[in-house]
Parts: sequence; structure tokens; C-alpha cells
Amino acid sequence: MIKFAKTLTSAAALTVAASAAMAADCPVKVGVLHSLSGTMAISETTLKDTMLMLVDQQNAKGGVLGCEIEAVVVDPASDWPLFAEKARELLTTHEVDVIFGNWTSVSRKSVLPVIEELNGLLFYPVQYEGEESSKNVFYTGAAPNQQAIPAVDYFLEELGVEKFALLGTDYVYPRTTNNILEQYLKDNGIAADDIFVNYTPFGHSDWATIVADVVALGEDGKSVGVISTINGDANIGFYKELAAAGISADEIPVVAFSVGEEELSGLDTSNLVGHLAAWNYFQSAETEANAEFIDAWKAFAGEDRVTNDPMEAHYIGFNMWVNAVEAAGTTDVDAVRTAMYGQEFPNLTGGTAVMLPNHHLAKPVLIGEIQADGQFDIISKTTEVPGDAWTDFLPASAVLKSDWKELGCGMYNTETESCVQIKSNY
Amino acid sequence: MRKSFFADNPSVLWFLACLGLFTLGVTVLAEATGAGLISTSFVKTLGKVLCLCLVAVAMDVVWGYCGILSLGHFAFFGIGGYAVGMWLMYARTEAIVIQSLAERTIPPTATELNDAIATQIFGVVGASEFPLIWAFSHSLILQLMMVVLVPGLLALIFGWLAFRSRVTGVYLSILTQAMTLALALYLFQNDSGLRGNNGLSGLQNIPGFEAVPQSVISMGFFWASALALGLGYVLFARVLTGKMGSVIRAIRDDEARVRFLGYHVESYKLFVFTLTAIVAGIAGALYYPQAGIINPAEIAPIASIYLAVWVAIGGRGRLYGAVIGTAFVSLLSSWFTGGGAPNINLGFYTIQWTEWWLVLLGTSFVAVTLFFPGGIGMIFDKLKKGTS
Amino acid sequence: MIRILTMALALLCLPLTVQAQELQSLLQSHQKTIAKPSRKSVGPVLEALVTSGLPTVPVFLEYWQNKDVYSREDDGLFFYGKAAGDTLELIDVDTGETVATVDKKAAKQIKPNGGVRKEIGSALVQFQLSDPDIARRTDAVNAIARDMSGQMLTPLLGSIDNENDPTLLARKKQLANYLSAKFSDDPAHRVAAIQDIAGDLSVEGRAILSQILETELVVTKGASDRNLLETLEIGEDISAPEAYALIVEQHKLSPMVSENEIRLALEANVEGGKVGGIPVQQLNDLSKRENAYDVLASAGAVAPRVTEAMLTDALETYQIHRAFVEDDPVVTLAALEAQASVQTRVGVNQFFDLSLDAISLASIYFLAAVGLAITFGVMGVINMAHGEFIMMGAYTGYVVQQFVPNYTASLIVALPLAFIVTFAAGVAMERLVIRWLYNRPLETLLATFGISIALQQLAKNIFGTQARPLTSPGWLDGAWIINDVVQISYIRIAIFVLALMFLGLLLFILKRTRLGLEVRAVTQNPRMAASMGINPDKIKMMTFGLGSGIAGIAGVAIGLFAKVTSEMGSDYIVQSFMTVVVGGVGNVWGTLAGAAMIGTFQKGVEWLNPSNTLAAQTYMILFIILFIQFRPKGIIALKGRAAGD
Repeated sequence: MIKFAKTLTSAAALTVAASAAMAADCPVKVGVLHSLSGTMAISETTLKDTMLMLVDQQNAKGGVLGCEIEAVVVDPASDWPLFAEKARELLTTHEVDVIFGNWTSVSRKSVLPVIEELNGLLFYPVQYEGEESSKNVFYTGAAPNQQAIPAVDYFLEELGVEKFALLGTDYVYPRTTNNILEQYLKDNGIAADDIFVNYTPFGHSDWATIVADVVALGEDGKSVGVISTINGDANIGFYKELAAAGISADEIPVVAFSVGEEELSGLDTSNLVGHLAAWNYFQSAETEANAEFIDAWKAFAGEDRVTNDPMEAHYIGFNMWVNAVEAAGTTDVDAVRTAMYGQEFPNLTGGTAVMLPNHHLAKPVLIGEIQADGQFDIISKTTEVPGDAWTDFLPASAVLKSDWKELGCGMYNTETESCVQIKSNY
Repeated sequence: MRKSFFADNPSVLWFLACLGLFTLGVTVLAEATGAGLISTSFVKTLGKVLCLCLVAVAMDVVWGYCGILSLGHFAFFGIGGYAVGMWLMYARTEAIVIQSLAERTIPPTATELNDAIATQIFGVVGASEFPLIWAFSHSLILQLMMVVLVPGLLALIFGWLAFRSRVTGVYLSILTQAMTLALALYLFQNDSGLRGNNGLSGLQNIPGFEAVPQSVISMGFFWASALALGLGYVLFARVLTGKMGSVIRAIRDDEARVRFLGYHVESYKLFVFTLTAIVAGIAGALYYPQAGIINPAEIAPIASIYLAVWVAIGGRGRLYGAVIGTAFVSLLSSWFTGGGAPNINLGFYTIQWTEWWLVLLGTSFVAVTLFFPGGIGMIFDKLKKGTS
Repeated sequence: MIRILTMALALLCLPLTVQAQELQSLLQSHQKTIAKPSRKSVGPVLEALVTSGLPTVPVFLEYWQNKDVYSREDDGLFFYGKAAGDTLELIDVDTGETVATVDKKAAKQIKPNGGVRKEIGSALVQFQLSDPDIARRTDAVNAIARDMSGQMLTPLLGSIDNENDPTLLARKKQLANYLSAKFSDDPAHRVAAIQDIAGDLSVEGRAILSQILETELVVTKGASDRNLLETLEIGEDISAPEAYALIVEQHKLSPMVSENEIRLALEANVEGGKVGGIPVQQLNDLSKRENAYDVLASAGAVAPRVTEAMLTDALETYQIHRAFVEDDPVVTLAALEAQASVQTRVGVNQFFDLSLDAISLASIYFLAAVGLAITFGVMGVINMAHGEFIMMGAYTGYVVQQFVPNYTASLIVALPLAFIVTFAAGVAMERLVIRWLYNRPLETLLATFGISIALQQLAKNIFGTQARPLTSPGWLDGAWIINDVVQISYIRIAIFVLALMFLGLLLFILKRTRLGLEVRAVTQNPRMAASMGINPDKIKMMTFGLGSGIAGIAGVAIGLFAKVTSEMGSDYIVQSFMTVVVGGVGNVWGTLAGAAMIGTFQKGVEWLNPSNTLAAQTYMILFIILFIQFRPKGIIALKGRAAGD
């Protein structure tokens, strides 16, 4: 009991100290809400390091509003309720001005009610399933129309694929994305029988049967393509099995939405050359800004580290936020949000990203082929595609639109011309 | 009778007094009701810890007193959370949908209303119809009954099957672990109708209390959790005193001998297993509105192992031990992962606690089991011996 | 023929210098399409290139396909490029001579995408089919296999006579057969080819049959003159609304009005709080809405609804058939027969393939669990850190690969090293922790769980959170292909063999060696064993080390076929315990039986529901729970004193 009481008092004391120190405006505090332990640490620690690097770089340039930026790092440990708890802690005890964080959709859904209640600001850097627009979140990753739809178009137009296998890990991003894609494919004249869908658990490793199923799809003479929303390290087993089965990209191309440089560093890619991935960024993009970014990253994190798409999203998001704060002259959330609309910042792949009133970016879509060295060869690049919060391909969402600037609503029904709800859907 | 119960069990009185003082202290210091020295997020943490303490007490009864190392009690905890979460989601969404449909020129039909609510709830997992298990979600009373009934029934059926076939010891542990894993995997599937990996979220928004700030709501839940813990503690203390308690303890020590003495061991075990499952369900129902989200990962096997570890660290076979162990480990864990602990610079290497906390935790489990088999509770036993 | 001759003559007559410019100028006339090729736009360019008859065209196409063509930024001229560091050697497309060495940025690499490369491959076929280089001929044949268009038939048949490589010849004949089944002008020829395919299992053969048997739905008022497969029954083969929608589509009847359309129509026609005389407040009922809509329809404001009577009438008037696209019934009949025969054999083979997968899965489960069969099964120690020993083995494999770059050699080093590392770890754990807890089995569980999370986090701190590559040697790449349906990757076969070896080794150690005898003695009755002069401490230590060491080797194997992460162990731990419990504790055969049963059951459920692998795992665990209720001691239960308890 004594120990217990001690812990309590020390914890309480900590709280007191933290809130007392927050009276002044300086330093500007940036919360970093990425899992450093548990299953998602595999992807998210990289983003934490990216944020620390960006903060360092900005401080070297003199910080923001004449203040030093201080990164407050917490570890939600891949535990979804803990994300909500840590977000509340960041906003109330640490009183951060902005949060950069989250990877999985479920963690974002966990955080949403908290930041909406406390009027915080979150920059979410990962490609996601859309169907959401929160007043307090800026989505710097791709919406389905900035990754999935262009990739499917590429399959249909360029590769002439007529039969689709949608393979995914069983969680919300693949489920929703595949729903949208199924509808989109049907709209494009692909019969329901020609779409094979399979969901596997996280970390799945026994792929032999599924790969055999995919090969067997070719038995009606249509050209088969795989759209993979398989998440994380399950990809390693999947690609190893693909390679073992001798499936070349010429026969059955695979386009992945969750496989980047980071995931490829976990396997030997020499048998996977030619398979595809769709992102808004590849490390192989040849621009000066990118070369600088990669150099800085390697110097910061280590020579053997690679860069990937969510890192670029944080890079753009953070710089836009800094510019918006400078423009607003304050870190006040409402003022910064207003200043965010129309913010422009050069992409690492060339061109300019623009923040739209629906809190999504306009970004180019890139399609890359896997190379033997674990990098991607960019073979297709579109012009900037504006992110769409509500997909046009599901009837229930087609009538919705998000415009926080003019309409002040993230879920506006264009049919009835009314705002469905101000808070987001979680 | 009542007087004599407390007189026989002074530790219960002591515990209730401590719990009361603690609750009072938090109330006085909290944002909504007092000095504002304890932030809302910390009140929520404390409220959640109280719920965890309650399920740990249940775990202590089933393991420390009855000798059944159940590695599946978090399944019941989760079911309780899901049951209450279904109503919270339904009621909240219904209010939003009614409001938004009211703007239409033509009033909605019952089916349209239902479809709109379903789309809103299940849109994220790509469905738009209510699965069968949501049949009672519109009614708070029915869902609250589910909090008790579903864990109770599941425990009853599972326990009946397992105890009947005389599955004991380690085998039973693995079997209960299999149960919680099966349930978690089932819920992970989107087709299960409980939103798959997304689970139920936004549970901290209580329908009908939209205008009440979270600081107040969290205090309400904190009090409710403290009350539940107090009641649960007394309930279990009652169960464990008298003849019944003796039989339960005897089963732990030598099951075969109790059976030879003519007791129906299976019934006692089933009773304890089911009762603790129900209490775990109630604890879950109070926990998840404070956590805000429930999803299948919550009932993964590892959660139940942690539960056993808390009880072991606190000292099993003592109800207060379970409470102390749980509070100690979970608060410490929250302090370390929150970046509260200062990094230690060794010169050649800096120990960052976010990275090393689990290593520390793991090795301390080993140390506790090896050197302090009685856990933290043993200290109290020694104190007691010293005074008497 | 005459055209080609004249062209060849013309070519000969042209002076060399002009010819040197010819390809470049031809390319320049399609500059944009070649620099940014797309599958849809590249066709005419390829045609122009091929019909030009220039001898340099095939070379250019190959370079283009291999992404070796560059376009100079200044003038847009095309060159073949050889990149070296930051510089680029530009080679003239006509002469093949190096023109200049420039900075990499001065020329843009042209990257045709997969679809374009396929088109180029098809265009190259005619040049390559009879090429002396066998690699080129193989490329050409592969391109035909991917494309399967009718125009390939003639060149393919032409190249068969001169083919001297037997494998390639067989392949060419097979492809020619496929193509004639589909494209030959002579029905008898086609039927013969189709009957030939009936003996074939390949996906390509099945594809050809399905393409011949392609059907479409047609709606007719009376009998149809098409080559029909069947006439659909409304309500059985197709639902009434679907059938009606089809009739609407093909015969322009008025479509059904959906509930949503009714609502929208009503909303558009609200007048003074009423629609069609019905107050708006009452319209929260579907039948009222329909009434209001009918009123609007009778006033001509909206299109009338389709009544039940109209629907029935339409369904009676029209017939819906499934008709073959192919008009010749003789061909389709032959194809149907061939397909039926192929499908039976495919079914049998699929079952066989699934069995192989099940065996493979079972051997992986066995491998993961066999160490536990010793530590848990024989000694009764619950080692929750068993999964982390698997992980340690895998990381050992990874570390070895960092020092020994040859994959085969590294594997030879890694397997024993993994055993040694985890053996040592196991012995250390037994000495430091477990031996104090032998009479408290449930607490062993907690202590080892503590070790498990500590080890996992340590692995993260040391190796980082990213998955690490553990690459199998080249001879384990690829798969053993029995036919187009049945195949299994070599790595899985290797794991199977490894599992068998362990089984044999363990049985040998336990049943035939002094150590095995002592182990059995110590586990059955330690005191008696001790009084016989056996040192139980040492035996327990060795046994535990052995079980852990085997987990280490299993880790290398699992890492080779799946992934190496700090969490890989926890993926296997629960399943491993279940394998041991289901099989029957204390018996290596039991573990084998458990693994076989779980593997087969899981594959069976996966086969029943191929779109949801998670469900298979859920049902498997439920099955295990039920199974243990009825056989609490597992499949192979020890009897008599050895059962202990």
C-alpha cells in the first residue's frame, strides 16, 4: 500500500509539474503518437524517428514563431485504447499544439473522439480507406482515389487485366478499399465472378493454398492480376511463396498498396522483379529535394535505412504545419486550421502538394516496379490527384462531400444539401 | 451476521476504508469536482485501473482460492465491454441519424431509419445491415442483461464441459487460453458482425449526456468503478468465508480428497468459474466506456496472461493482493510508456525506458516468482505477524 | 511475298549512310509514343516498326523492352544506353556505335510498363521464333503463351519444323494445338485439337476450353436460333427482378422504380405540405408513398410504376437463354466433353494438392511444437518462452548470413549454430529459473512468460523492429511442379524432411540411447531414478537444452519460409501448445498426430471457405476445444504408470 500510494503521489506530482510548466508559449510542443512497441512498432518507429529529424531540422532553421520546437514522444504500444488515453494526455497534460501520429485506421478511430472533444490537431500520414473527414485531422496519406483507383486503372488500361484477385489482411483498410474497388471494377465492366476476394489474419505465413487459388483463376483464359492490401510482415511470406511458385509479373502481376521500401528490406527481391506497388512517393524518385531528404535521413538514422511514403507524408505535413503556423502567427488550432487550406509545399517527387478544404492533399500517384535491389523503378506518374474523402464509387458515399472551408462540414449530403454530422464517424 | 462477517474479516473493512479514502482523495483533487490537480486523463486511467482490479480480484478467487489458472478471464471482460458498447454505439448513432434525416422533406420510413443507422455503424467495415446479434442493441436494459448473461452462460457451458471431463491444471489453462483465442479470432472477422478489427469505438460519448463534459463523465465512471470494486470485494469475501470458502480452498489444495469426502467438486468449481466470469463481464462493461474503444485485440490471450501476472505479483490467495498487484503494475506501466521515467545515461549507452520497460517488467516477473512467491501481499502478512 | 521481296530489294539498293539514319527517323516520327509508351497507343508504332522491315528493328525492340533505350533531353533522339556510375554511354540505334558519353541527366531512360513490354514481346515473336539463340526462341514461345492470339498460329506452325530443341518443340506443338483449337478455320481440325486438350491439365488448356465455351445471356420472345447451352428457369437459375432487369436492358421495357427513386420523386413534387393529396407527415410509410407516387403517375408527373401483373406478363412473354458465343455446336459439344473430363481430373489433383499443403502445414506445426513435446510433453515444464527460442534461432540464421554471404554455406553454419545458441539459452534458463519451480508448474508459466516478453523486447532493441531477411539458398528456390495443379515449393519439402529427421532423431534419442532411458526414468520417478545413480539435475538440464535447441533449428526453417521478426515466436506459441495437448502429452508420436490433425483440419476448412482464412483458424481452435472435452488426454494417451499425473 505504501508503494502504491507513492506511485500515486509521484504520478500526481508529475501531472502538476507538467501543467505548471505549460504557462509560457515557448517552446512549441509537437506530440508524436506512434507505437514504439507491440505489433505496429515495426512501421511506426520509423515515423517517430522521421518526426524527430524534422523537428531537429526546423530547430536548426530557427524553430517556429521564434520558439524552439519540442517533440513530446509517447508510446501507445500498439494498444488501441491506449492511443485514446495517450492522445488525451498529450493534449491536456503536455498541452501539445499539434499531434503527428497513428498508423492503423483503428488507432485513428480510437483517437478521433478525443481530439474532436478537446479540439486538437492531428496529422495522419498513412494511406487509408477514406470515408471519413474530421475537422481536427489532416490526412496527408493517400485516399483510395489517390492510390487504389489509379492502380486499378493501370491494371485495366495498361496491363489489360480482366480478372482480379483482391487479397487483403482482415481489417478495415483492406475491407473498405476492396469494397470500393469491387464496385469500381463492376462499373468498369468486370463481372462479379471475375473478382476473387480473400482475407487473411495479421502476420499470416501459410500462403501456398491461396497462391494456388490465384493461379487457378487463370483457367477461364482471362488475364489475372492481384491487388494486394496485405499488411506488414505477412507480405514476406506471401512474396516468398509467389517467387517459389514461379509466378512472374508478366503472367500474374501483383500491385501492393502496403508494401514499400521498408517492407522489401525484409526479403530478397530478386525473384519479385516487375511486381508493382502504388504510392505517392518512392525513394527512387530523382529530384534534388528527395536526394537531400534521403541524405539527411541516412545521416540521422543510419546508412542502411530506407525512406518510404508515410515518411514523405509527415515531411509534407510537418512543413505545411510550420508554414501555416507562421502564416497564422499563432499555434492556436482554429487559426492554424484556417491557414492550412491552400497551403502548398513541394513534393519530394516533384510537383507541389496542396492542402484542400476537405483536409486531404492533392498529390501525384506513382506506380513502381520492384527492382532486384529492393527499390522501385517508377514507371508511371500522374499529375496531382486531389484526395477525395468520400468515394464516388459507393452509392451511399457518392452523395457526400467534405468542405471545411466553405461549408464547415465534413459529411455534407449534396442531395439534400444538409450537413449529416459535424463530428466524424467513428 | 453482517457484523460478525466484518469482525471476522478485518481486512475487508480495511480495504473498504482505503478504497473510500482513495475515492474521496481523487474526488477532491480532480478537475471536475475539486482542485484540478488530477487531470481528466489520469482520472480515466485510475477508473480503468479500478475495473482491472475488480477483474483481478475475480481472477484471484478462481486461481488463488480455487486453484483454476484460467487464462481466459479477459474474454468475459471483453464480452461485457462489447455488450455495453453495442448499446452505446447504437444509441449514439441513432441520435445522429434521426437528426440528419429530420432535414429531409419527407419523413423517413422505419426501414430507411434502420438502414441509415446500420450504414453509419457498419459502413467502416463495408456492410450496411444489422447482424442478428445486434437485435437487442436498441435497449439499454437488455444489453445490460447481456453483460451478465453472456459471460455467465459462456462460462457455465465451457466450465461444465471442461470440469465434467476432469480437465485440470495446465491443460485447463491451455484450454481456457484456446477459448479466448478462438473468441478473439472470431471477433477479428468482419463477418462476425461486431465491426471486426475496428471494434466498437467512441464509447466515451454517452448518449443523452452529450452536453456533459468528459471530466464529469469520467468522474461518474470512476465512482461507479470504485463502487463496483467495493461490492465485488465484499461479495467475494463473503463467498470465501464459511464452509463454502473452506471447500473451495480445499479443492485447490487437494481436489481428489475433497471428492472423496463427498463434495461435488465440479459444482463448486463451476459456481466459482461462472461467478467470477460474471464479475469480469461487469468490470468490462465499466472499463470500456472509459477506454473509449473495444476491439478483438483486447481479448487476445496475452491480456489474460497479464491478468495472472498482476495477481501473482500482488500475491495470490489474498484479495487485496490482487488489487495491489494490478494497481501497481498497470500504473507503473503507464508511467514508463508515457515517457514519465527519466532516461538513464550509462555513458556508452542511454537506456530509454520506452524501449527497456518490457525487459524490466519481464525480468521482474521472474524475480517475483522466484524470490517473492507471495508477491507484494506477503509484506502485509509479515506486518500482520509483527503486530499480532 | 512479293511485297517482302520488293522491300528487300529496295533495302539492298539504298546507300549505307541513308540506311544509318533510317530507324532513327522512323522512331522520331513516333517520338512521343515511344518516349511515353502506353499499351493502348503502342500498337500502331509497333506495326510501323515491324512492317518497315529494317533489320535493326528487332534489336531496337529488345533494347526497348529491357528499358535500355534513352532519349536525349536536347533533341529527343533515341539511343541505346549503357549506364556506368553517373555517366551514360549513348549508342546509335542504326550503326550500333558509341556516339557520346554524357552525364546521366542529359538523357531520359524510357521505361515501358509491363503491358507495353508484353506488346513488344508479341511483336518480337516473328523475329525470334526461329532465332538461333534458344533463349530468344523461349522468349518468343512465352510471349505466345501469354498472348494466345490467332495471328500467332501461322508463324508458330512455320517454326515447328526447324525446331531442334526437344523441350521447346513439345511446347511449340502444345501451343499450336491450343491455338488451332480456338482459331483454326477447319471445324474437324478444331475438334481434334480439343480432344487433344482433354488429356491436358494445364491452366492454359483449361483456359482455351473455357474461352471456346464462353456464353452470354440472350433474351428472346420465341425460340432462339443461337447455339444454346440452356434456357434459364425464372426463380431457380435467375431471380425474377434480375430477369426483368435483363429483359428491360435487351428489349427496352420500362424499368422498375426503386424505393429511393420513389422518395426522390415525391420530394421533388411536394406542394403545400402534400404530395398527391397525402400530407408529408404521413409519408413515413412505404405503402403510403407508393399511393402518393401512383397519384403523381396518373397525373403524368412521373413514370408509372411497374406492377406485379406487368412483371409476370413480361416474364411469361420472354425467355432467357445462355447461348454460346461460338456458333458451331459440334465444336462446343466436343469442348464440353473435354471440359468435363478435364474437370474431373483437376478435382482429383486439387485434392492431392490440398493434401500436400496440409502435410506441409502439419510439418511446420510439428517442427514448431516438437521442442515443446520434450520440454512440456516429457518434462511437464510450461515454457512460454519457447516461441522466443524459435525467434532466437531465426535471428541466428540472419546474423550468420551477414557474415557468410554464400547462402548454402551460411545455412550449413546456421543450423548447428542455432542449435548451440538456443541449447545454451535453454540450459541457462533451466539452471537459473526453472529448476527452482519444478513443483510449481503454474508459476513456471508466469516466470517463462516474463522471460518471453523480455526476450522479445531485447530482440527489438538489438535488431530493430523491421523484419530481417533470411534468404534460402538458390537450390531451395522454386517449386516441385508435378503438373499444373499439383506443386509444392522446395522449401516446404525441406521443412517436411527436416521434421521427419527430427522425429527420427528424437525417437532414437528417447528410445535407444542411455540419455533417453535416463530422461524417461527421471520424468517418471525422479527419486527412484536418483537412487539408481542417475543425476536428475543433469538429465533435466540436458533434456531442456535439447528441447530448446530443436526450437532454434525450427526457427531457422520457419524464418526461411516466412519472416524473421521479434514477434514470430508468439505467432506459434499457442498453436504449439495445442498441438502437443491435442496429440497427447509425453509422446513424440502424439505431437505428430496432433500436428497432422490440426494441419488437415485447417486446410479442410480453408477449402470449404477459401475467401476467409481467419475463419479456418477460428474453427480449428473451436474444434480443438471440443476435441479435448472428449479426449482430455489427447489422441495418443499414455497408459499405466507413465501417465503419472
